[in-house]
Amino acid sequence: MKQIVLVVFLLFVGCKNENPQIEEKVDKVTAEVVEPGSESIELEIYDYDGLEPLINKKDDKIHVVNFWATWCAPCVKELPYFEVVNEKYQDKNVEVLLVSLDFPKNYDSKLKPFMSKHKLQSKVVAFDDTDQNRWIPAIDENWSGAIPATIIYNNDKRLFYERSFTQEELENELKQFLK
Amino acid sequence: MKTLKVLSLIVIMTVVSAFTVKPDTDGYKVGDLATDFSLENIDGKMVSLSDYKEAKGFIVVFTCNTCPYAVAYEDRIVALDKKYASKGYPVIAIMPNNTDVKPGDNMEAMKARAKAKGFTFPYLVDKGQKIYPQYGATKTPHVYILEKTRKGNEVKYIGAIDDNYKDAASVNTKYVEDAVDTLLDGGEVKVKETRAIGCSIKV
Repeated sequence: MKQIVLVVFLLFVGCKNENPQIEEKVDKVTAEVVEPGSESIELEIYDYDGLEPLINKKDDKIHVVNFWATWCAPCVKELPYFEVVNEKYQDKNVEVLLVSLDFPKNYDSKLKPFMSKHKLQSKVVAFDDTDQNRWIPAIDENWSGAIPATIIYNNDKRLFYERSFTQEELENELKQFLK
Repeated sequence: MKTLKVLSLIVIMTVVSAFTVKPDTDGYKVGDLATDFSLENIDGKMVSLSDYKEAKGFIVVFTCNTCPYAVAYEDRIVALDKKYASKGYPVIAIMPNNTDVKPGDNMEAMKARAKAKGFTFPYLVDKGQKIYPQYGATKTPHVYILEKTRKGNEVKYIGAIDDNYKDAASVNTKYVEDAVDTLLDGGEVKVKETRAIGCSIKV
């Protein structure tokens, strides 16, 4: 009897550990030093009214929108996967938009150097709007406000993810939209 | 008979685990009773809500050293404790991150930050990360205001401290202060839930 209880208990504990761990151990990557070339980057900065049309485009493309920041380690870790998607699915009508939530005081010291250092090919915009209680639920009703967060949408369908991705997971999600 | 007992036990365990193993997005809603805990403070002592015999409630803040949003709010969290601890609503800060992933949030770093910033409230470690999932915290900073009732500590507000992380001087609505003031007046909290960007809790 005791043994069975133990076995059942272990099963229960084992089950708990099977919860998907959405974030992996990552090293913090920040660009503290000013990268050559970063001064010339023209950063587009939007408040929510400015961003809204960019994340609700009514064209025939598949849009992948990722909310990130240079200080967010899991975001920085998955950023290359979005870059791969941007490159690999360009001819499949897929467009990636990277929405940075870096603080304005860090645009020149962190964000632009990061963009320059990692030679980001996807479109990057900076999003600066302090009225978060307005725009977080407007972007998605289920978003608690943690980043990274991602939207994949086209004219027919819109999915929101408050989580990190691996390359494979991101492509699998995207594949639902590819015909 | 014995088999029956074992079977029923298995059924019970399965049912219990089905309710225990909640997805990350679950947690307390306003009106739920919040669990108490016994977590280690930066002074090495264990702290529980039940230690606060005189408190009328609590401002529980999941926060950390390393998140820029949490850092932006440090002074305002200190101010909340200064204003409300004496009125019966002390701040209880809980650091939920896995410190293997975020060494900048380890005990030594927490002690240093608390000292530098003059924290007047406990700064606890959610060792083993058992408490934040029960509350349903997803990020730092993430606030839960609890009111002590006969039933237990009832969740009265979940969300942001105020509506401007960037600049305390430009804040229009102080969500936490408004909620605590209302509770102290015996009223019903108007804005019960707000959202704010934060750093995901590191697991």
